[in-house]
Amino acid sequence: MIRKETLLSWPMIAFMVLFFISPLLLLAGISLRGADGSWGLGNFAAFLSDPFARGVLTGTLALGAKVTCFVSLAALPLVMLYWHAGKRLRGLILICTLLPMLTANVVRTFAWVVLLGRNGPISQTLLGLGLTERPFSLLFSETGLIIALVQIELPLLLLPVFAVLNRADRKTLEAAEVLGAGRWRAWFSAIFPQIIPAVLAGWVLVFASATTSYVTQSVIGGARLIYLPQFVYREVGVLFQWPMAAAISILLLASTGVIMLGLTMLARHERLQGHA
Amino acid sequence: MLETRSKISTALYWAFVWGCGLAMLAFMIGPILLALLMSFNSGTTLRFPPEGFSLRWYEMLFDPIASEPIHTAAKNSIEVALSTVAVVTLITAPAAWALARAPKRFAGSVEPVLLAPLVLPSLVYALAALLALSLLGLGPSFLAVLIGHAAVFAPLMFRTVLGLAQRMNPALEEASATLGASRARTFLRISLPGILPGILAGAFLVFMQSLDNVSVTLFLGDPGRTMLPLRLFAMLEESLDGRVAAVSGVLILAAALLLVTLQRFGGRDAR
Repeated sequence: MIRKETLLSWPMIAFMVLFFISPLLLLAGISLRGADGSWGLGNFAAFLSDPFARGVLTGTLALGAKVTCFVSLAALPLVMLYWHAGKRLRGLILICTLLPMLTANVVRTFAWVVLLGRNGPISQTLLGLGLTERPFSLLFSETGLIIALVQIELPLLLLPVFAVLNRADRKTLEAAEVLGAGRWRAWFSAIFPQIIPAVLAGWVLVFASATTSYVTQSVIGGARLIYLPQFVYREVGVLFQWPMAAAISILLLASTGVIMLGLTMLARHERLQGHA
Repeated sequence: MLETRSKISTALYWAFVWGCGLAMLAFMIGPILLALLMSFNSGTTLRFPPEGFSLRWYEMLFDPIASEPIHTAAKNSIEVALSTVAVVTLITAPAAWALARAPKRFAGSVEPVLLAPLVLPSLVYALAALLALSLLGLGPSFLAVLIGHAAVFAPLMFRTVLGLAQRMNPALEEASATLGASRARTFLRISLPGILPGILAGAFLVFMQSLDNVSVTLFLGDPGRTMLPLRLFAMLEESLDGRVAAVSGVLILAAALLLVTLQRFGGRDAR
């Protein structure tokens, strides 16, 4: 039954099915279990009809959307710089992208605690310039959280795009320039279309990561800003509401999944247009 | 007129590319450099700018009595991370090697299952695994954390090894067999050296991720055994002292080492 050449792959497949896939199926199953032992979508209905919970859900999705948006804005000049850079500068940009990504999440979060704090460089600089009268803290505010998440998630968008640019066709840009297109137009008409699929892939990673980054959300966001991960943790750790926590996780997965599916379809569509 | 406009537009283009590009580069790497800078701070608080240069926080961090909880947590975490690397290597390296040689249809249908943990938030998985544990009547334990980490981080090594195994020339193995080498010898002399860089790069990635993971460790771990990321997380929330900066310095150094390893051994596929 099992073919000889695939034999060595079965231990890993069995491990992943047993220890990764089945717990998730269990989670999906229990989310359908009501408090009275009945089965159905009661938990989802209860969650969505609670205004506070609904606020947490939309707040989390909005956080993901804002972070993705600002990450894209921050990535644009870096991607353009990478495209024009020579070999050395490309290497430097790559190191500056990989080092933060490989550094522990707790470390990156710590750096932002110092940066955003009352005695941190942002507050002190604005104070020194006379732009503010008193030192201020961006900790425990959504603005601070978004700034930190943008820096933390930026590499997730950049790396797939850099990979495409390494293979990208320089001739299209040259052709566009020869044909008299200005710098801006040449870039956006010749290079930008090539990186769109990578951008969409990066968006999915950034969105999924920003909405579920429990540590950064709770340390920088503080106790007053509640997002889905903290909500789930409270349901399980404090209230022991398993079915409810499961339902919320499934909602979180589903919303990320829908966005992922939408973006993938969009990428296909773009590619079809490109061929037509 | 048109000439001037296009000149201005070109100047703006380069100003945007270089100005904003370099600013964003600084934004990306700045926080890491800041954490490093703060670790050499001689003041008692984490005030910016730092008051002077000293190694006092590192001395305090490595002091076995004053930092006993951090040392215990680090020891526990390194134990888990090393065991995770061992388990992941044992199941992943043979699988990646076999799938690179398996029929395309089989590999294509199995790979999404093996790579799924990369896109699934580890928080959701942690919850699912805790649920499975409690339904089985088991409590959080070292073994639970180990299996959880192995399941979540195995794809990292799977990817680095698969990339190398796919690029390896199958003719080499065939030649070795034709020339009379036994299967074991062919594996040791030809196949293993081919995928070893991928195993090494993957092992380093898995080790660092295991050391950094909060959600799986928090949900599945025995509360009596503190782990490094949880200890640091608690220090960030409660007593923000200079030792957090010193630990950060050590972890940034580890990340830099990982980067060098990936550049040397992992090649393109490691990223």
